[in-house]
Amino acid sequence: MKAITHLEMRGIVKRFPGVLANDRVDLEIRPGEVQALLGENGAGKSTLMKILYGMQQPDAGEIRINGETVRIDSPAEAIQRGIGMVHQHFMLVPSLTVAENVAIGLKASRPPILNLNQVISRIEELSARFGLKVDPRAAVWQLSVGEQQRVEIIKALYREASVLILDEPTAVLTPQEVEELFKTLRRLCASGYALVFISHKLNEVLNISQRITVLRDGRVVGTLPTTEANREGLVKLMVGREMSLKVTPEPVTIGAPRLILKEVSALGDRKLPALREVSFEVRAGEILGVAGVSGNGQRELAEVIAGMRPLTAGTISLDGSDISRASIAGRIEGGLSYIPEERMRDGAIKSFTVAENVILQTHAEAPISKRGVLNFRAIHERAGELIRAFKVKTPHDGTPLRSLSGGNIQKLILARELSRTPKALIAAQPTRGVDIGATLYIHHRLLDQRAMGTAILLISEDLDEMLALSDRIAVIYEGRIVRILPRAEATPEKLGLLMTGGS
Amino acid sequence: MRSRIAAVLLPILVPFMAIVAALLVGAVFLIALNTDPLKVYEKLISGALNSTYSLSQTIGKATPLLLVAIGICIAFRANVLNIGAEGQVIVGGLATTAFALAFESLPSGLLITLSLIAGALAGAVWGGIAGVLKARFGVNEILSTIMMNQIAIQLLILLLTGPMRDSSASATSANIIQTAQIPKQAWLPLLIPRTFFHAGAIVAVILAFVGFFFLWRTVAGYRIRAIGANPDASRYAGIQVPGTVVQAMLLSGALAGLAGGIEVLGVTHRTIQDFSTGYGFSGIVVALFGGLHPVAAIPASLLFGGLLVSGSKLQSVGINQAMVTVLQGLIVLFVVGSTEITRRYRIRRAAEQGRMPTLESEIGQPTLAEEAG
Repeated sequence: MKAITHLEMRGIVKRFPGVLANDRVDLEIRPGEVQALLGENGAGKSTLMKILYGMQQPDAGEIRINGETVRIDSPAEAIQRGIGMVHQHFMLVPSLTVAENVAIGLKASRPPILNLNQVISRIEELSARFGLKVDPRAAVWQLSVGEQQRVEIIKALYREASVLILDEPTAVLTPQEVEELFKTLRRLCASGYALVFISHKLNEVLNISQRITVLRDGRVVGTLPTTEANREGLVKLMVGREMSLKVTPEPVTIGAPRLILKEVSALGDRKLPALREVSFEVRAGEILGVAGVSGNGQRELAEVIAGMRPLTAGTISLDGSDISRASIAGRIEGGLSYIPEERMRDGAIKSFTVAENVILQTHAEAPISKRGVLNFRAIHERAGELIRAFKVKTPHDGTPLRSLSGGNIQKLILARELSRTPKALIAAQPTRGVDIGATLYIHHRLLDQRAMGTAILLISEDLDEMLALSDRIAVIYEGRIVRILPRAEATPEKLGLLMTGGS
Repeated sequence: MRSRIAAVLLPILVPFMAIVAALLVGAVFLIALNTDPLKVYEKLISGALNSTYSLSQTIGKATPLLLVAIGICIAFRANVLNIGAEGQVIVGGLATTAFALAFESLPSGLLITLSLIAGALAGAVWGGIAGVLKARFGVNEILSTIMMNQIAIQLLILLLTGPMRDSSASATSANIIQTAQIPKQAWLPLLIPRTFFHAGAIVAVILAFVGFFFLWRTVAGYRIRAIGANPDASRYAGIQVPGTVVQAMLLSGALAGLAGGIEVLGVTHRTIQDFSTGYGFSGIVVALFGGLHPVAAIPASLLFGGLLVSGSKLQSVGINQAMVTVLQGLIVLFVVGSTEITRRYRIRRAAEQGRMPTLESEIGQPTLAEEAG
């Protein structure tokens, strides 16, 4: 370990045209502590960490390590000084083994011969010491997301980092994996490592950190010991005003069943049964939540209803008509909207313009097109309406989608799916990877949609969200709906037990 | 402001500089061969441009290149890598020739139109086979189209030495492998007499604009670009991805087939053994050169047409064919490489504006993307 006893960023300024990403930011990082960096999307957290990791240069300010002012020109230099970073998107080569990935870019002990046995034994040592369970000989593509993250941590530790930056490390993990990660982080702290934990999830920050620094619009708006922090205070700091995190569904009259599944079964990607005789109905004006631990058939459930995955048995009906064998386009026309879980992959075309993305499903309908020719006046009108109504930040509708921020792309997809006045809506992890402000916004929009009489199937792993929005909650376990509870009877404890196969 | 001007000028200036750089490197070779590079380059430029006749030759070569390139734009936009334009050109030429020979009694306008339609259909079938193989059975289209090229070449030889062989006495005695000449009323009218500038050039330019309109202004074009840019999202949106793949290959093949037909009716007036001279392959380069944009393929096709014409003339001043190919290769390499410079410049500008095209933004994780304001 390259001992960093004290690391300080002082007066960091980073300007981009039109934006002050970091405005005189001070941050102190101490060994044995988890320093949380909290803030909404675009608050400047990642810019600050990119500066510390040498990926960007500050316009003003200094970085001090052990009291000495240093310049960090590149990630290689950051690593050399003992700073490691676990990126949100892993920088691993899928076809190589764990050991090969760890050794990548390092000098072999006796070049040109690469002796991986040394690497492997060191990995085993690190993984035993910090609870980072992973097989050094396994190929990375075979590993789960959680395991890949452990490889990234091992990679940094192997390079003797003493400061470890974790960029939204929990965004991709299941609740169980988060627990494992936190155990590792506590062990690292106890061994004198300094950790920077970037997040916008309040519970996690309150749970794991010792100190919290909150950024807003590029400025530090508060630094406080975690023991003195509470949720309400942090939200106020993050968004700049009081904000109630609670949404309360208004009572609405629940209508006739709109989406009915009867004993639906389907296979997963590996051709093994992923859904087993799933039956439920979602009525107009109702939100049916589907709770479960990730990988218990939620994705397959959404895909089967949307028509992207064939069912092997059972029937699905939408507003009275059987859609079990209908094409995807047929279901869309029948009034089904789907906010997909992998929104950036399935829900949008990043090289297309904003306007072209708005008409993804409706491009063949009047007035968007007539006799096979696109009608740009109608398209601009539709795009303009959605941009205004959902406050999508974009220069104009001809901007390529990829230059919008992630939050704005999410808003656009939501806008498109809700604006088609669907009879039924599947919302798969609608707020995953979304910050507090946007989450609240999405929750309100879903409730508006419910009030308009849409039947909503909400698939989520976030129990708070589930309990706040759903009228009834169906628990899915190993592809089966094990119980459907009215909200009044659902408690986190009860759901947790059902989700893990208890009764 | 300065950077805005740079952004406009760069895409024009960079390829031009690239050509200059290619010529400089070529000069090294020429000097090593004891040739005066200035003389060669003078000939290179004048060979393609110095007279109405030379210009017409350039346009004549550019015409089939452009037609192939429009088709390639459509296929590649669908992310279907049609390497089979050469085969599609050949079957198009054969079908057009066969039709013109079989129905020579038809009135001129009708005969020309129907002959060209026959060529386009043949190309569409040739391309469509690869399309169906990909859509139905997941056969890699690069593999199947290359194989279809081989089949087309063998078919050409088979027909030219057998059923479609020119039976006139001179050809038989000289052992020339070709079909009989098509009737005069099937010839495309020349826009300037005794040159290579025939009506096909106008058709090609019109089709380039039609191709642009098709890709960016119609439902079918939207779908083709959608499945090419993101098949997952297209499927999610209810677009029939396999059907659209077949469509793209049918259209791409039809345009290549039309290129073959127009070459027959406008220039060769019969099918000869090597009448395509690699249009199907050069057309791919033309399309890529034009950034897969049918209208931008117009100047690109002229550049390559010019290179083909002046290349053949360089041989007459004692530069051997190999050196001509070297020069052409250098120009292609440099210009294609230079587009990378433009691309990087754009990325750097985006980065300066705070929209770092990092891995995050490429993969599209929302939580980290910076709000650029």
